[in-house]
Order: sequence, then structure tokens, then C-alpha cells
Amino acid sequence: MENTDSLEPEVMLSLRDVRVSYGEREILHGVSFDVKRGETLVILGGSGSGKSTLLRTLVGLEKASSGEIWIKGKNIAAIPDAEMDEIRKKIGMSFQGGALFGSMTVGENVALPLREHTKLEDSTIEIMLRLKLEQVGLAGFEYYMPSQLSGGMKKRAAVARALAMDPEILFFDEPSAGLDPIIAAGIDQLILELKQAFRMTIIVVTHELASAYLIADRMVLIDKGYVVAIGTTAEMRASTQPRVRQFLDRVPEPEVAREMDYLQMLTQDRRL
Amino acid sequence: MQFVSQIGGSVMNSLAYVGSLASLGGRAAYYTFVGPFQGKPLRLQRAVSQAMDVGVRALPILSLITFFIGLILALQSAYELRRFGAMNYVATAVAISMSRELGPLITAIVVIGRSGSAFAAEIGTMKVTEEIDALETMAISPIRFLVTPKFLAMIVMLPCLTIWANAMGILGGSLFGVAQADFTFGRYIQASLDSLLLRDIMTGLVKSVMFGITITAVGCQEGLDTGAGAEQVGRSTTRAVVMSIFLVVLVDLVFTCLFFFVSGS
Repeated sequence: MENTDSLEPEVMLSLRDVRVSYGEREILHGVSFDVKRGETLVILGGSGSGKSTLLRTLVGLEKASSGEIWIKGKNIAAIPDAEMDEIRKKIGMSFQGGALFGSMTVGENVALPLREHTKLEDSTIEIMLRLKLEQVGLAGFEYYMPSQLSGGMKKRAAVARALAMDPEILFFDEPSAGLDPIIAAGIDQLILELKQAFRMTIIVVTHELASAYLIADRMVLIDKGYVVAIGTTAEMRASTQPRVRQFLDRVPEPEVAREMDYLQMLTQDRRL
Repeated sequence: MQFVSQIGGSVMNSLAYVGSLASLGGRAAYYTFVGPFQGKPLRLQRAVSQAMDVGVRALPILSLITFFIGLILALQSAYELRRFGAMNYVATAVAISMSRELGPLITAIVVIGRSGSAFAAEIGTMKVTEEIDALETMAISPIRFLVTPKFLAMIVMLPCLTIWANAMGILGGSLFGVAQADFTFGRYIQASLDSLLLRDIMTGLVKSVMFGITITAVGCQEGLDTGAGAEQVGRSTTRAVVMSIFLVVLVDLVFTCLFFFVSGS
């Protein structure tokens, strides 16, 4: 099924009514949106909203149970593994904890996709991996083991590995999770630099509002498996939709208001 | 009724488990025999370093254990043979029971403890830290990258270790033979060699290859099945050891029956 004509030329990635289930439980209930070439889209959502599942589906780690996901003219929800592997070579993913291979040096980690998928000379690969490490601010660290790096440096190394194959789309899972504010700001800066330098399409999953406002061109708010709102950063800020306001203004879930209701909630099982 | 459905359920689960092991083994075989011709090279260097870990580093402990097992076998068979004044058959008893049964089995159990558990822990940890996911998003098959070298290493190293274990067992038996049963060392070894037929050693080696496949499949499958969280890695490791021991004994039984009824050996 090739119908690239139906997509606008600048659309990089397109979701049409994507549903994902784990066994009986449906996590995403029909998600649709487009990502344009060169834009940074931030997927916002609370814990358990389905935003991580959405990201895993976009990179092909989970299969959508129905719907279509178009990347580069291919519907990845319905292509065989061999074709998916070709798409995967064009995308990069930076995992939450870095996911660097502990048994390899930082340099070997970054060089791995090049060694596996290209027939480049070792000397060329060596130059390329130095270049990638330079880009993320880790020049000279190629002989370190991942265990010798700090959390922020691990994330940078993971970004270097994701950049190794010069991807067209770069995915980030919680780039600032577990980092102190200064280091996290550094990672945000890195994402901005990549965006400006390479006009790369970047998709970031996060719940960090400060970071989202800084890096996003557009935002998608996911809640309980539905897309609640989508729009530019300014549109989101101005939104009057209650769920958006609640998330952006960091209002906690309403608690049980009255004591009698609370008592009733605790005892209702006994009366059944 | 519930009892019957429970039995049915656990039979289905067991069959599904064996099926998942077979599918893993099949995919590893694909990447060994077909993959290299489709531009997906084998990681031979990794297989060699795995073989070093699985095989060579196991030698000291395996030697010690099988030496003692040989000595114990000699003592136990002498207990009965002494009554018939047939102490000169000690060498035969030790040589045959080592090479047909205990050599392969003890080797398998030592390898389960050292390597089967390590496979599950290594792959399980990689699963928890999303390294397996990272491999997949880089279009690198975790089976080809991680599992296939382990299969290769085990299939080559287990028979080698088994031969070594047989030799060490016979050496252990000779200690008793020389000290208590009026053998000289040379005569003991000669008596052992005379009593062994090639098929005694071959059946043991065939079994050891099967054990190697079983241990790798279980260790890797348990690793890949690891859920989220560090405590799951410990659970996978335990399950890998218990399941491997059980399945190795089961495979042993099946092959011993096969050899007994089919070829009469």
C-alpha cells in the first residue's frame, strides 16, 4: 500500500486513528496527528497516559492493533520486519536511561550502527564517531566505559549513538528524567542545537513543562490514551480546555471533597 | 472439573514454553546457517570470547568436581564388587558410567550454574535497561547479536568439556584403583580404555550437544522474558537454573531411551 500522494509533501510522520493494546487492555484509543519535516513535536502527558506506549509504537517496538502510521511513505503498522528494519535505519532513538551497552566503550556504542549497517572502513568510522561525540559535547570520551559516565553524559552518548546513522527523525524518551536542572537544561540546549544545525525532525516525550516550552514548536497532550489537545506552544498556553489548563497549571487531581463522601467511599463495599 | 482444566492449562503452558525455546533455537540456527549468506555476518569473535567464558574458564572447577565424582564412583562400585572378589572391574565401572552418563550430566550442571544463569542475568539486565529495545530500534536483531554467539559457543564447548570431564573422572577413579585395588596407574588406564567402546563416548557426546542447546535456549529465553524491574532479573536467573536442570534431565532420559531401544546401546 503506497499512497504517498495523499500525504502533504512536508509531512514526515502521520498517525491515523492508531490504537494499541496490551492483551485485553487498550492503552491508546485512536490517536491521530501529523509531524512536519524539521519541526520539534513534544508529546506531553502524565504517568500512565500512554505517551511512552505511543513513542514505542512510533519506533516499531510495539505493534498497533489498528490504524495507520506513515513514515517515509510506508505504513509501519502493516509492513514486514525486513522493511521495518530499513525504516529503523533512518530513525534514531534516545532512551530514558541511555541504554548504552555496558560491555562496550562509548566509542564502540556509537560506532555499532555504522559497523552493522555500513561497509565503511574502520578509519572512516573512527572519524565519524569522533564527529558525533563532538556534536554532543563528549569529545575525547570514546574510550570510557558507560559506567564511568555521569547521568547527563550517558544521555549525551546515547544521543550520539542515535545520530550515528544521520537519522531523518530523532526520538527522545524523557530526555531530562533523573537529571539535575542544570544538566537537564544542557540536554534541552543540545536538542535545540540539533534542530537548528540539521533541521532534523525531533519528537520528544516528556512531562517536564519547562523543557517542553523551551524546545517545542508544537505540543500534543495525551491523557488516558486520547489526544486531548494539539497546537503550537502559544496555542497551548492560551488554551482554555480544562484538562490542558490542569496539566499546564499543574493542578492536582481533585481530591474527595467532603468527609462524608470519603467515609462512604471507604465503607461502600461492606454494604453490598 | 476445575482440576482437569488446571491440568490442561499447565500442559498448554509447558508446551508453549517448549515451543518458545524451539523458536528461539530455530531463529539462532537461521542466523548461523542462512544469515551469513544474506549479508548478516556471524559474530565469530563474540562467539570465541563466549566460548572462552563458557569452556576454558570452567575447566578448573569442572576438573575438581569430576575428579571427585570419579573417586566416589570407584568407592561406591568397589563396595559391591569387593563381595564378588571382582575389584579389577572397578576401572570398567568408572569408565563406563562416567562416559555414558555422569560426564555429560555433571558437565551440564556445572555449565548451567556458571553460564546458563549468566546468560539469563546478562540478557535480563539488558532487557531491564532497554538495551534490547535499543538494539531493535537500531535494526540489529537481538537474536543474531546476543543469542547466536552463545549457541555456537555452547555447542562447541560442551562436548569438549565432556571429554575432559570423562578423562578427569577416570583419573579420579585411578586414585582409588592404585591405592586400594592393586592396579598400577598404567594398568588402570589400560583397563579403562579396553572397557570403553566408541559408542559409549559418542552417545555421551551427542547428549552433551543437546544439553548445550537446551541450556542456551532456556538461559536466553528467560533473559528475554524478563519483565520490568531489577528484581525480575533475579527471578529470571533462578528460573533459568531450575528449568535448565529439569530439562537437561528430561533430554537425558529421552536420549538414553532412544539409544537403548533404537540401537540397543
